[in-house]
Amino acid sequence: MVVAAIIFSIGLYGALTKRNAITVLMSLELMFNAVNLTAVAMSRYIVPASVIGEAQTAVTKDIESAVQMVLTGQIFAIFVITVAAAEVALGLAIVITVYQTRDSIFVTDANLMRN
Amino acid sequence: MGEAMSLGHGTEAALITDVVFWAIAVSTIIAAIAVVQLNDLFRAALFLIVSFLGVAAMFVLLRAEFLAAVQVLIYVGAISVLIIFAILMTRDVEEGSPSNRIRVPAGVAAALFAAMAIFVAVSTEWNILDAAIDSGAVPVALANGIVDVFENTVPRIATLLVRDFVLAFEVASVLLLAAVIGALALVRGR
Repeated sequence: MVVAAIIFSIGLYGALTKRNAITVLMSLELMFNAVNLTAVAMSRYIVPASVIGEAQTAVTKDIESAVQMVLTGQIFAIFVITVAAAEVALGLAIVITVYQTRDSIFVTDANLMRN
Repeated sequence: MGEAMSLGHGTEAALITDVVFWAIAVSTIIAAIAVVQLNDLFRAALFLIVSFLGVAAMFVLLRAEFLAAVQVLIYVGAISVLIIFAILMTRDVEEGSPSNRIRVPAGVAAALFAAMAIFVAVSTEWNILDAAIDSGAVPVALANGIVDVFENTVPRIATLLVRDFVLAFEVASVLLLAAVIGALALVRGR
């Protein structure tokens, strides 16, 4: 999870500082990856509080659903990947459209609404 | 009910896993730094692929084999090709990827965020799964079930996707359809 935090911060830095729109999108992908990594690491290493301690009697009645609870992190990551795929397809389409109309790939030049 | 199974390995296997983990972690982070620091867009995209592969390898270490396969297929396969395609389409490769004016404050903000996230991750008292199983805090039947899940995650994920998360599953397909139509509408010649 520390590794995921470092990757997320690198992606954050890139998304904030770069002028090239494609680099911004690549930094976004880095952040998505870091979030996925955190979700999967959580599901692998961390046990829900409802499984241990006093609440465990309620959970043990339904072992199957309690067991599947540990996979929720992976399911979460699958949906994040799906959304990331849709986002990058749309983002690159927008980048190409902006490039065609304004002849520039830099996000700082996309300032049509400033005036 | 017999002795509880354990998720851990022997010490030798654990050492090898540690070494592999640190090798993957270091190369992934170096590749990620290269993505945001290299001026050559095309090389940055290639390092992005290295970073994706590193994350996929970490998924394998975290017993998420299905996710590792999905990561390779979607990120390394599809998204990287899309990004490289866009780089070639926009013909600004030679202009590189300059930074904007807020470079230093953004660096400070990112470093602060990293420090905060690492502090939270390290100082929080997590209920570690392996320790809970080994100490018997988790009921034996449940512990065996969890070990069983991590032995083979794919059927469980399939069951969960089309049963418990079926609504999100269907919404995701609609989202992908909308993304395809939107992308087509955006880049269609006027």
